[in-house]
Amino acid sequence: MNILVCLKQIPDPEIPARDFRIADIGSANLVSDIFGENALETALQFGGKITVLSFGAPSAEDTLRKALAMKADAAALVINDTNPNPDPLAVAQVLAAAVRKLGGFDLILTGRESGDWGAGQTGSLLAEELGLPCVSFVDSIEGREGGVRLRRQTESGFEVIEASTPVVLTITNDEHNVPRIPKVRDVMAAHRQPLTTFTLADLGVDVSNRWYEVIEMSIPTKETACEFLTVEELAQRLLEVTAGA
Amino acid sequence: MNDVVIVLFGNDRAAEGLAGAAQRLGGTVRAIRVEEYQPEECLTALAEECKGARAILFSNDTYSQEVAPRLAHRLGGSCVGDGIDVQFVDGRLRVTRQVYGGKAEAVIALKRTPGVAWLRARSFAPGNAGVPPAGPPPSRRRDAAEPAGEDAGAPKTRIVERTASQSEARLEDARVIVSGGRGIGGPEGFAQELQPLAQLLGAQMAASRAACDAGWVPPTWQVGQTGKKVAPDLYLAIGITGASQHMAGISEAKQIAAINIDRDAPIFKHCRFGIVEDYRKVVPLLRQKLSELQR
Ligand SMILES: Cc1cc2nc3c(=O)[nH]c(=O)nc-3n(C[C@H](O)[C@H](O)[C@H](O)COP(=O)(O)OP(=O)(O)OC[C@H]3O[C@@H](n4cnc5c(N)ncnc54)[C@H](O)[C@@H]3O)c2cc1C
Ligand SMILES: Nc1ncnc2c1ncn2[C@@H]1O[C@H](COP(=O)(O)O)[C@@H](O)[C@H]1O
Repeated sequence: MNILVCLKQIPDPEIPARDFRIADIGSANLVSDIFGENALETALQFGGKITVLSFGAPSAEDTLRKALAMKADAAALVINDTNPNPDPLAVAQVLAAAVRKLGGFDLILTGRESGDWGAGQTGSLLAEELGLPCVSFVDSIEGREGGVRLRRQTESGFEVIEASTPVVLTITNDEHNVPRIPKVRDVMAAHRQPLTTFTLADLGVDVSNRWYEVIEMSIPTKETACEFLTVEELAQRLLEVTAGA
Repeated sequence: MNDVVIVLFGNDRAAEGLAGAAQRLGGTVRAIRVEEYQPEECLTALAEECKGARAILFSNDTYSQEVAPRLAHRLGGSCVGDGIDVQFVDGRLRVTRQVYGGKAEAVIALKRTPGVAWLRARSFAPGNAGVPPAGPPPSRRRDAAEPAGEDAGAPKTRIVERTASQSEARLEDARVIVSGGRGIGGPEGFAQELQPLAQLLGAQMAASRAACDAGWVPPTWQVGQTGKKVAPDLYLAIGITGASQHMAGISEAKQIAAINIDRDAPIFKHCRFGIVEDYRKVVPLLRQKLSELQR
């Protein structure tokens, strides 16, 4: 099968809350979005020809090269020199235009939500833009006649879903799709692999925000003073608290 | 006229919170309950049923998150998720939500109508508007659900099997939760130390993403931004750092306590009380003390 995995480069989500400043977001260390990597890992385990696609600043090349080192087969970057914070519709329309240029995918995978803005919409909107069905929160894929058999997570357990292809899937994490660490040799090799690049002009897409806009952003402050206890005190306290519960 | 539609899947647990959110918005409120869910059919039916609505509110369950953005797209509206507050400003829906893994909060204004949002239902004062709903669920209404044109063939996706991974009570309703992280070191720690402790405390078990990804416990145990959002009276975090994405799942907990070897672990910033010590030492002692005290 021909599989496309959409990957986003984001500011490091593991920066501790105490070091997080809104003004510093632009200069934070950049990494690959975690659920995108779960999606790539899921695709790699399923097998097929895997293309990775990103819409982002030129630095997003790093995310794509890392994906090549993880053994994706091809990579494409749509360079965003216009809108530093595109809304999910703008992103989906750009990705859809690139999908039409690249053509012929049976499966299109995104992460369930990105680690920075966490909109949780790109996969769904991409499906709508392409006129395809969509299944969310998938954690594993199996082949079947005419399509795929999927397992997805729900609040209370799992569902098995049969889907015809082409289909868009948003991928969530489980113990089986923890992203692999690329081998050093493959990291070196990935730097020499070709990378297809598109400009927004090539795709002819308007990336202004027409879905939503961010009016205000702030850092909530909430700290509690922690009382450090001995085991005896802890036992006592736990009983007090749970007795009321 | 502000026609607000609430969409509920199966159970009602979110109904009160969504009704409260809808009342905040004002106007008439109407609820749609979906009993039988198949993604594509449900979407087609909802797109028909929700025509003319100014706002459409969902809870933050699997099905809601799956259909909400697509519904907004089909209705020419916009959508935002994981809201903790909603209001109309100049006729447009504004939603407050956490971003950057809970490290920041943003107010987002939807640019088109209808405004579609999935919400943390529990963040809203309960209401009763529009609930219980009238009418059969849209997925049963074949007339409304009938797809047009080339869609009319075999369905493109089909849920063929549903399995509940545990028969236990819902984590979301637990009064006491004992939760373990990567610091537990393996499935044995969960089974031999945390589980008996949870039993003594009448607690349910949960975990961090790191522990779930390691395969030590099922993914349904995950608490956080991309796991369950819980609201117990007590959340006891053992071997959990307290990353913002984890804290995003327990912001409604009344009290948080922790056992961690690292005094500087961010979790302690959110704790009422805690202990800095290896859980392997603390938990056995704790169990002993608890049994003594309970006698
Ligand atoms: C988009 C996104 C979504 C995410 N969603 C979630 C989510 O929903 N839920 C979630 O939990 N995480 C989520 N994460 C991951 C999150 O950022 C952290 O990586 C994760 O929560 C860390 O888990 P942990 O605290 O168990 O592990 P670690 O960070 O490895 O912490 C282990 C802790 O155990 C302590 N410890 C070690 N040994 C012992 C011992 N013997 N006794 C006592 N303490 C000990 C250590 O001091 C440390 O504090 C998400 C991340 C991203 C990017
Ligand atoms: N700019 C982008 N380029 C490529 N993929 C993206 C981009 N933004 C989002 N995605 C994909 O969509 C998923 C969900 O993102 P979001 O809807 O922003 O939460 C991510 O995990 C990625 O797989």
